Amino acid sequence: MSANNYDAIVIGSGISGGWAAKELTEKGLKTIMLERGRNIEHVKDYVNATKAPWEFPHRGGRTQQMINDYPVLKRDYPLNEMNLDYWVNEKESPYTEVKRFDWFRGYHVGGRSLMWGRQSYRWADVDFEANLKDGIGVDWPIRYKDIAPWYSYVEKFAGISGNRDGLAILPDGDFMPPMQMNVVEKDVAARINNHYKGSRNMIIGRVANITVPHNGRTNCQYRNKCSLGCPFGGYFSTQSATLPAAKATGNLTVRPWSIVTKILYDKDTKKATGVEVLDAENNQTYQYFAKVIFLNASTMNSAWVLMNSATDVWHDGLGSSSGELGHNLMDHHLGVGAGGSVDGFEDKYYYGRRANGIYIPRFRNLNGDKRDYIRGFGYQGGASRGGWSRDIAEMNIGADFKDALSEPGEWGMGVGGFGETLPYHENRVYLDKTKKDKWGLPVLAVDATTKENERKMRIDMANDAQEMLEQAGVKNIKQYNLEPVLGRGIHEMGTARMGRDPKTSVLNEWNQVWDAKNVFVTDGSSMASSACQNPSLTYMALTARAADYAVSELKKGNI
Amino acid sequence: MNRREAVGSVALLLGGSILGAEFFISGCKSTNNPDKVADLFNPDSVTFLNEIGETILPATKTPGAKAANVGGFIGVMVRDCYTPKDQQIFLDGLKKLNAAANKKFGSGFMDLNATDRTALLNDLDKEQKEYTKNIKKDAPNHYFRMIKELTLLGYFTSEVGCTQALRYLPVPGKYDGDYAYKKGDKAWALS
Repeated sequence: MSANNYDAIVIGSGISGGWAAKELTEKGLKTIMLERGRNIEHVKDYVNATKAPWEFPHRGGRTQQMINDYPVLKRDYPLNEMNLDYWVNEKESPYTEVKRFDWFRGYHVGGRSLMWGRQSYRWADVDFEANLKDGIGVDWPIRYKDIAPWYSYVEKFAGISGNRDGLAILPDGDFMPPMQMNVVEKDVAARINNHYKGSRNMIIGRVANITVPHNGRTNCQYRNKCSLGCPFGGYFSTQSATLPAAKATGNLTVRPWSIVTKILYDKDTKKATGVEVLDAENNQTYQYFAKVIFLNASTMNSAWVLMNSATDVWHDGLGSSSGELGHNLMDHHLGVGAGGSVDGFEDKYYYGRRANGIYIPRFRNLNGDKRDYIRGFGYQGGASRGGWSRDIAEMNIGADFKDALSEPGEWGMGVGGFGETLPYHENRVYLDKTKKDKWGLPVLAVDATTKENERKMRIDMANDAQEMLEQAGVKNIKQYNLEPVLGRGIHEMGTARMGRDPKTSVLNEWNQVWDAKNVFVTDGSSMASSACQNPSLTYMALTARAADYAVSELKKGNI
Repeated sequence: MNRREAVGSVALLLGGSILGAEFFISGCKSTNNPDKVADLFNPDSVTFLNEIGETILPATKTPGAKAANVGGFIGVMVRDCYTPKDQQIFLDGLKKLNAAANKKFGSGFMDLNATDRTALLNDLDKEQKEYTKNIKKDAPNHYFRMIKELTLLGYFTSEVGCTQALRYLPVPGKYDGDYAYKKGDKAWALS
């Protein structure tokens, strides 16, 4: 085998790329994982993970320099002093916003698996059947029964903590012991359950933080500093989980600073032969060859790689024959919900910083409920006591003010919605050849917006939040419904969707590119609809399932 | 609570009047006055800011803002985090504060005793609260609100503030959502 020949190439090292590398190497394939950014080594490179607040010169805040350097990141919470190195350099890697789209990227080994929100929920049949039933987009080529065993498989390895709640809309998984609700959350949950007679439920979040030791990883220490990287390996990331497993096989090569510019396609065999890589450090071009390629560059960048792989056979890129490549971009719409204060419980507090909250699964347009929009939404939230940054109306400055702020304030409870966005053909990404990045490569243009269905849904998202909190005895409730901006959910999906028909989809039921059967795309781009659950667990399951199929097809000589 | 909703919804939850939280979401706001801003790091300026801080958060049974060197921290924040416009408001504000001291007590802030300092800053805080209550979106911030925000942030995230005014747990190791609390027990430091 020559130096640049492998059995498999994995493009990207985030949640799905890490899973692809683990599965392929464990099945005996010599695999190279190509990552466009720098290496981040587990524990050693989590440089801020164990710092105290006072060790940050701006105490975690943002400087004018940061605001200038990060025109996109500055729009929301991610821009802060503590994990700035985990976000893409926006000056080096610009993109074009035809309409505002907040794209939060991490270009390094581990990708966004280092900073992700870790909420992990299964989808149900109602989600996989929705497009067919509503006549929206294309029908998912799989159903819950096809993916259920793979959910179990990835949950057991990743380590998902959660309660077995027995809800049809949110199937139970193979969970580690759940985290606890605090006393106020328990009270609110009981009141909601009681008032809605079980048709609405508040449960503890299901989260990829381990609650018991697992595969040499230490259980979550309740520091709530996950997004800085966890020195205990307390949450699932490429570094803490899939990468060590893949490396242990002896079959993995990791190559950082490797921008995959195109997938090489052989029109005679109708298969890919390898990839072309631009070395981000020395600007040299290299080629790597393999029998099977997993594309896991993240939803929008996987579409970029495919579109940039145009040939005289496929002018608009590999996988473009359906005309759907780059289209149907989705995200979850959020920034809508309610919160208020809670009387009582002054003799109760909590110990530890739980890196998790509560979850209210979807209840709209189910079991006979019918709204003036389709699909639904869930909520995340939690209860806590006020901290030192609260304003105390009757106090100004001085000793009493200081001593009052040194004690916890009253309890508050809030919930924020995550709504399903429909797959609209016109919501899309495409190559903007008029603008180049630092390496002279064309950048991505994003043209996507929410529409009527999402806007109608948001009215319910705000009102239902308020109503449930009222029923639960929460006081002084304020609801909010901010302008829905796509990208903010950091759940991009759909630019290379799966389907049953090569004329209307990019990938088949096994995440294979219809036009090149040895290319598998198993990140968010493969999603045919968005549901309203956080999607990463589904990417993991799809990836493990596709890797299993790929190796079996390889052994049969079919690819 | 989900990370991305945390700051926003807590702010809304408490009526949008949360001190310091806005800073995390939108950055501090303020002129490029490099020379004048550099003056904030003169020993006299640091002392001045520390004494203002100490009046806002004095030593009680726990150390005050001066022990946390809030004065040094404020200079860093104004220099690095404030827009040029807010830097100017802040610098002018320090003069206004002294002018208010002169008007009320006939001498500068540094020459006042603790009681008069407290009375003065109480007045200024009432003034900023009244001003901020009806502030228009793009209207300038009140200088005393800036001073107060930076003092609170600097103190309660300092080592002194986290470990003495509050309880600091670097590695809790467990979670108990039904933890007993009695009046007088300190709050946890945020992280």
